[in-house]
Amino acid sequence: MKKKLNVQTRKSFVTYALLLIVIIAVEIMVNTGNISSMLQGLLVPICVYAILAVSLNLTVGILGELSLGQAGFMCIGAYSSAIFSNLVKDSITEPMIRFPLAIIIGGICAAVFGIIIGIPVLRLRGDYLAIVTLAFGEIIKNVFAALYIGYDSAGLHISLKSQGDLNLASDGKMIINGALGISGTPNDSTFEIAAVILFITLIISYNFINSRTGRAVMSIRDNRIAAESVGINITKYKLITFGLTAFLAGVAGVLYSHNFYSLQASKFDYNLSILVLVFVVLGGIGSVRGSVIAAAVLTMLPEYLRSINKYRMLFYAVILIVMMICTSNATVRNFFVRNFEKLKGLIIKKKSAGETAKEGE
Amino acid sequence: MAFLENLINGISLGSIYAVIALGYTLVYGIAKMLNFAHGDVIMVGGYVVFNAIVKANLNPWVSVALAVVACTVLGITIEKVAYKPLRKASSLSVLITAIGVSYFLQNMALLVFGEKPVTFTSVIDIPKISLFDGKVVIKGETTAAIIASILIVIGLSLFVNHTQKGRAMLAVSEDKDAAQLMGINVNSTISLTFAIGSGLAAIAGVLLCSSYPILSNTTGAMPGIKAFVAAVLGGIGSIPGAMIGGITIGVIEILGRAYISPQLADAIVFAVLILVLMVKPTGILGKKINEKV
Repeated sequence: MKKKLNVQTRKSFVTYALLLIVIIAVEIMVNTGNISSMLQGLLVPICVYAILAVSLNLTVGILGELSLGQAGFMCIGAYSSAIFSNLVKDSITEPMIRFPLAIIIGGICAAVFGIIIGIPVLRLRGDYLAIVTLAFGEIIKNVFAALYIGYDSAGLHISLKSQGDLNLASDGKMIINGALGISGTPNDSTFEIAAVILFITLIISYNFINSRTGRAVMSIRDNRIAAESVGINITKYKLITFGLTAFLAGVAGVLYSHNFYSLQASKFDYNLSILVLVFVVLGGIGSVRGSVIAAAVLTMLPEYLRSINKYRMLFYAVILIVMMICTSNATVRNFFVRNFEKLKGLIIKKKSAGETAKEGE
Repeated sequence: MAFLENLINGISLGSIYAVIALGYTLVYGIAKMLNFAHGDVIMVGGYVVFNAIVKANLNPWVSVALAVVACTVLGITIEKVAYKPLRKASSLSVLITAIGVSYFLQNMALLVFGEKPVTFTSVIDIPKISLFDGKVVIKGETTAAIIASILIVIGLSLFVNHTQKGRAMLAVSEDKDAAQLMGINVNSTISLTFAIGSGLAAIAGVLLCSSYPILSNTTGAMPGIKAFVAAVLGGIGSIPGAMIGGITIGVIEILGRAYISPQLADAIVFAVLILVLMVKPTGILGKKINEKV
């Protein structure tokens, strides 16, 4: 008898297969030139947003806490990797070596920050945690916007005041120019790499959710006191989840920064964190597949519907409110469930009728 | 002398934070939720006053009254539409909804009032006070903010402790179900709380925009968050605590801006929040709540 796959495993394999099909289809379209230049430009951002959404979903859906610092971690990943790439772009010319290194550096820097921030912050819960992560995101953005880094033969020069304060030698070069941000980053992000990273992100996330650690984290979400009483180390598991979220957000930041020639810290603002939250909420809290789909759809939609672009943010706000009322209000949810059941009843009845007919033969 | 001036400015800013923090602390005490949109109600109040004065040429006092009414209605509407259906939902859903409402108000304001920040003209006509032969000048706005916040805190304390409606609020914050059994209408009490909080937000908006006259759709966001920090520092649910917390945060922010680093002033305020939550999570005047299994 064939061994049946576990439900979770089957779910994850379906997602991998779907993603693989989409990636191959897009790749064929790109190679045969059947793709609009607009969509082609959106491919890397879609992967970036999908990674961000999946990583935030680990905190929101699995840990059950709200982090609004996603943009901040992305900013750390973006900046640290861009500094690295700018420093080594003359010595390591091969992007296939340089870029993976940049990804690892960006991810690890973000994860380290995530853990440093997480140690004091994760003692908090709920509203407090949300507001503190939001605050940290803003602080990170402000610090990077005030940062000047240059290098010359004497090494790196760092200042928080102004360009002149760096005292660069005449052969010096600016890497980060305060609010003007970072420029000259090699354009290493390609759709292929971004797609591979997205795929790896999904594998990491699914395996995390279905691991012993993931189950421990979910038990904290469902009942913290019960989890604690059976000996689960809450701080440890929270830190692991938070660190993983930060790591993946940092990796997304690397892809993002290497997709543009120049980059400003002001891009990583509160709105970006909210946008990622909208992806997670629309895709379904806790659903990895949903996050990817929501990120892809909501990134493409405004580009195709330019006329409604003005109302885009308003639309996001309405999504957040309506989705929450639909899923969390008992009356509204029961209304949907009842009608859905009716619909499902029709389909399943037909199916079972067909099966009995088959058995009768 | 410069230090004294900074200190007075800090107290003034802190008084504004205190008025905002009262809104957070009331709502948090009674509905057990962080009303993320509270800061944006401030911004709406600011815009109502601005438009009433500049576009409709109304008297400043009438404009302020109009803003209070508008924000009160807005607060009740937000509560009825977005928060009431989620009374029994998990705190995560409520929090996401509150963020949605905040984002909605910000972007609605962007569409209705335009993208360009406007310059707010102060509605306060209190003369300047000069001390020490003009070495220290206290602006009218500063005096107004301090006096207004003191009056509000006293008034609100009297209302909560000495009227029937106020005591109903205390009862609901203590135990919703028990309050209901005693014949208190919990829904109308929560609405009343939102109404008071939002009305105060309008006044805070006027004070804030008079002191810091640039008004845009995100004006309320940062002061809102800092006022929440103030409410936590003072002890959430406590009215005098909001005043103490607000003034502490205001002074820390202004002194930090003047003597440490202008860019890091916000960071210092948030560091205070983390410190408070680690050392004494209930805040200065907060009550300890035991967690039940």
